Amino acid sequence: MTATSETAERVETGAGAADAAAAGRPSMSLAKKLGWAVAIVAVPLLVVAPHYFYPVFLMKALCFALFASAFNLLLGFGGLLSFGHAAFFGGAAYVSAHAAKVWGLPYELAVLMGAVTGFGLGLVFGAIAIRRQGIYFAMVTLALAQMVYFLALQLPFTGGEDGIQHVPRGVFLGVIDLNDNLNLYYVTLGIFLAAFWLIYRTVHSPYGRVLKAIRENEPRAISLGYDVDRFKLIAFVLSATLAGLAGGMKAIVFQLASLTDVDWHMSGEVVLMTLLGGMGTIFGPAVGAVLVVTLQNYLARIDIPVPVIIGAIFVVCVLLFRRGIVGELEALLKPRRR
Amino acid sequence: MLLPSRFSRMLEVVSAMIMDLLGIPPQVLFGQLLIGLINGAFYALLSLGLAVIFGMMNVINFTHGAQYMLGAFVTWMLLAYLGIGYWAALVLAPIVVGLFGIVIERTMLKRLYHLDHLYGLLLTFGIALIVEGMFRYWYGVSGQRYAIPAELTGGYLLSFMFLPTYRAWVLVVSIVVCFGTWYAIERTRLGAYLRAATENPTLVRAFGINVPLMITLTYGFGVALAGIAGVLAAPIYQLTPLMGQNLIIVVFAVVVIGGMGSILGAIITGYALGLLEGLTKVFYPEAANIVIFVVMAVVLLIRPAGLFGREK
Repeated sequence: MTATSETAERVETGAGAADAAAAGRPSMSLAKKLGWAVAIVAVPLLVVAPHYFYPVFLMKALCFALFASAFNLLLGFGGLLSFGHAAFFGGAAYVSAHAAKVWGLPYELAVLMGAVTGFGLGLVFGAIAIRRQGIYFAMVTLALAQMVYFLALQLPFTGGEDGIQHVPRGVFLGVIDLNDNLNLYYVTLGIFLAAFWLIYRTVHSPYGRVLKAIRENEPRAISLGYDVDRFKLIAFVLSATLAGLAGGMKAIVFQLASLTDVDWHMSGEVVLMTLLGGMGTIFGPAVGAVLVVTLQNYLARIDIPVPVIIGAIFVVCVLLFRRGIVGELEALLKPRRR
Repeated sequence: MLLPSRFSRMLEVVSAMIMDLLGIPPQVLFGQLLIGLINGAFYALLSLGLAVIFGMMNVINFTHGAQYMLGAFVTWMLLAYLGIGYWAALVLAPIVVGLFGIVIERTMLKRLYHLDHLYGLLLTFGIALIVEGMFRYWYGVSGQRYAIPAELTGGYLLSFMFLPTYRAWVLVVSIVVCFGTWYAIERTRLGAYLRAATENPTLVRAFGINVPLMITLTYGFGVALAGIAGVLAAPIYQLTPLMGQNLIIVVFAVVVIGGMGSILGAIITGYALGLLEGLTKVFYPEAANIVIFVVMAVVLLIRPAGLFGREK
């Protein structure tokens, strides 16, 4: 139905598999080299960053960078626009906060509970949502996520409008005291890097290739004998699990799980982060997340309401700037063909 | 209002039966059903607008909730700033909102037709954020008041419930507009052009029909439907800048349940789900907020194309 226009657009944006395939091996190794270069520059920067910036702000940026990267796994590489990722992020935040505060679980288990929540919700949502495609997929995920929002509003353990406050940060692996911001930062960074590496490996695995093939041309993937629905479901569940991980980490960092985390604006924000940074690129969503979080930080002091700015960026991105920042950069760096 | 005595006798018997069988006072049951039906009237109007727009342009209009809010606010502003009352607003507000939609279509949406439909969704989402954010900035979240017009105050005391006149009016307008739209699209020549242009725009253009203009007007009309819903809502619902944003998600679910293909399907599903929500409020109030989403999940599992939809 929408396959042809989709393909046309994606090939035009140039970050996809079709490009790499057309360019053959050299372009692939170029992308790989670039990836390594970015990693070599970025990781030391991230390690020294808390000495120059406020660690809690950096941790927020990391959590959202992971959230957006997880989201991108589904949108950028699977071609599925979920408008309900807040459910995984926020649902996990609630469960992690509850686990740490009421059950008294240590940090690592509480965050793990968040990821498990994302996994469970992702499995249910995914099984329902992948029955429809395109726009319907977006609406179905949005509606299901709104259900989670109402549950978060009404269930007894979530604290209604107040959310779960004063969540203890605890001690990591029984040794590292996380009440120290710097300690928590390095633990968060470690988990972030591990999860990011997992996403990178997934995208570049044979599974990731098939996923991109489905995005580009679903009927052909079916005719090649791939169980398309299973591939999509796995992508959905993986994305939801990692979004849950990000939500759990965020709940511990801020010691708070609230309705903001499950609200549909959150789903919109993660779409924006991915779109702004560049969907279908490895680093784009993280860049977009850092930008949006920074922007929100500064805009809070300005008189213009934040949603208006967010909305305006949305409109500009969609109309003029569909490749996103990293996507545009990649297009500049790549030798022009044709 | 006096009902024929035999009919009112019958109603009394039915009422007594309801009380005995369900243990719920019939006033409560019918009261909630009426509220459900009124909500359903709004669901129907809004999902109809979405279906008209989607059918023609394949765009999911995320701004629909904001445009509904605009309809209500324009009504309020007409009275507050210009002294123009309800009856004139009933015509003027949808026109203003529809024109706003036409501007959006001409300046922005038009550029996205050759792309994946998801970009239309994202664009309208961004516009909704801007519009709602600005109104929130100007008017706060506390809400404005709009009085029910004098001609429509009061109500009818039926033997089993009290029916406020304005609510009856909302129902009547909603039904007239919904079926008028259905008739215009399914039974008139203009509607036939529209449906033809949906199937094959290139061929219809070859016949000398101005399809881009038709698309623009269709979007304007769909948006005006949201505006009408907004005018109807102004006197009875909380008039705030955020009144549309949660409603629109429910309407999305309604649209998924009904299936986008059918105009009549959108209308019927809207009313039915409003009623269902009302019933849930009587029997299991905790679930009232989520019942529509649960129905959506079940429908998707059984009939992915929706109740009235065709699998493309």
